[in-house]
Amino acid sequence: MPPVDWEPIALTLKLATVTVLVLLVIGTPIAWWLARTQSRARIVVESFVAMPLVLPPTVIGFYLLFLLGPNGPIGGAWELWGGPRLVFSFAGLVIGSVLYSLPFVVQPIQNAFMAIGDRPLEVAATLGASRWDRFWTVAVPMARRGFITAAALGFAHTVGEFGVVLMIGGNIPNRTRVISIAIYDSVEALNYPQAHILSLIMIVFSFIVFLLVYAMNRRADVMSR
Amino acid sequence: MSNIHARFRVQQGAFKLDAEFTLPAKGVTGLFGPSGAGKTTLLRCIAGLLRISGGLMTIGDEVWQDTSRGIFVPVHKRGIGYVFQEPSIFPHLRVRKNILYGFSRITDRKRAMQFRDAVEWTGIAPLLERMPAGLSGGERQRVAIARALMSNPKLLLMDEPLSSLDETSRAEIIPCLDRLHRELSIPVILVSHSLREIARMADTLMLIDAGRITTIGPLHEVLPTLCATGDDQFTVIDAPVLEHDDAYHLSKLHTPFGAMWAGRAAAELGEIVRIQIAARDVSVSKTREEQSSIVNQFQARVTAIREITPGHVLLHLAPTDSENQTATLLSMITSLSRDHLQITEGQTLYARVKGVSIVR
Repeated sequence: MPPVDWEPIALTLKLATVTVLVLLVIGTPIAWWLARTQSRARIVVESFVAMPLVLPPTVIGFYLLFLLGPNGPIGGAWELWGGPRLVFSFAGLVIGSVLYSLPFVVQPIQNAFMAIGDRPLEVAATLGASRWDRFWTVAVPMARRGFITAAALGFAHTVGEFGVVLMIGGNIPNRTRVISIAIYDSVEALNYPQAHILSLIMIVFSFIVFLLVYAMNRRADVMSR
Repeated sequence: MSNIHARFRVQQGAFKLDAEFTLPAKGVTGLFGPSGAGKTTLLRCIAGLLRISGGLMTIGDEVWQDTSRGIFVPVHKRGIGYVFQEPSIFPHLRVRKNILYGFSRITDRKRAMQFRDAVEWTGIAPLLERMPAGLSGGERQRVAIARALMSNPKLLLMDEPLSSLDETSRAEIIPCLDRLHRELSIPVILVSHSLREIARMADTLMLIDAGRITTIGPLHEVLPTLCATGDDQFTVIDAPVLEHDDAYHLSKLHTPFGAMWAGRAAAELGEIVRIQIAARDVSVSKTREEQSSIVNQFQARVTAIREITPGHVLLHLAPTDSENQTATLLSMITSLSRDHLQITEGQTLYARVKGVSIVR
């Protein structure tokens, strides 16, 4: 058995964890707004959020490379303000992953919020709960299944990405070389044992993630009985 | 004395609400009308769940909404209790936490309602540690009622609290509502499309039709004027218990028409009970009938005769002494009998009451 290269694995887990945390913070308000608004702007935002589902990851990666690069409109301004370089860095990977996995986090949470309906929130209002209070004490706990699913999908999807990270992160060991790229490299280098072991780790890992999620969702169901 | 005053005007497509009313801020007001008349919409406007321009809502010296002055107090700051048609308890909280949800959000000063009272009145003590998913509809609705009470509302709004429940669940809840009516000092507005339900609880009756409040008045006065289907006309009388006769399992009640016997009431002497008397259970005769199985027989004056269905008329009967003009009995007789007995308005007859049911 060949020695396992743990670096891309650790990097991948770190990236997926940070990405999911960022996505929960920015995805929850987006999901809430999409679930509750009557505004016509809703379909525009909804379409934007859904785009990563259909776009080739390389397209997202390409535009991010252009926008975030040192000469790009965002990356240039960022560096002018003294920010560190975004492309070919961990920060760039996070930005790319967040965009790429956005629908996988927003949609389950949005669906869960929509399934709650108006009534429980109205009840909470009549019982003296302000908007903020109702959101945290009624909407979020009632949507917890959606949050669990969103976190798992976002995590798994980030672990599995390839195109976006390759474009924006490149292939710098210990900085941007995530597991999917390491597998690709191993195959290119005809190092099949290394490719096998990394692939196997990914399969087992994904299986365990979903096993845990479904077990948690089941527990959530049983708890409310 | 403090009042609830409201005025809401809104036109929403085909639906129109143009309602204005003033109610005493005490007792139970029944809001009755056909489905689609705007009962729920009006209740939502009162609560502030529905915000319409052109609204005014005051309770005592508090202004909850006054569009002309740009005032709109959000729902959560109003201090209302709202019991929805379908029991809406939070599925993620145990019954105890559900009940305390509103209570934990009010200041100590406003915490007049005792947890054990709310739990006892609604009979939910055995359920406190349960999760809601396993509860029956009736149990959920009782939890919802206890929860609303514990938020110490200034006004309790109930939107058809029985209509989504099956017979068994209703039977559980009705005693609980009766208990509330006895114990509660806050004003209640109870919406229903069932007159029997309202007649059981309400002190004041408010009628709504096509978005308009058509009548407001004491239950006893408004009830007889309603044109329900001929078969279902009835009146209510609130009467104190004079004596119990345990041998015959009867109670004697003091009504404006005279002493009336009813089935043994589960009430103390002197306590006021409410009885319902259906129009079809009241017959009339010109002379006093001595040889009859019917024990309740009174002199009464015909105040009105209304044709209700072809072949049937409804007689409005009032006590003969002029002080008690508000009590009314209805008697449904055939047009043939009316002509045969030559019954006219103002005439004094003997009313014989065959069925008296104590509803509360």
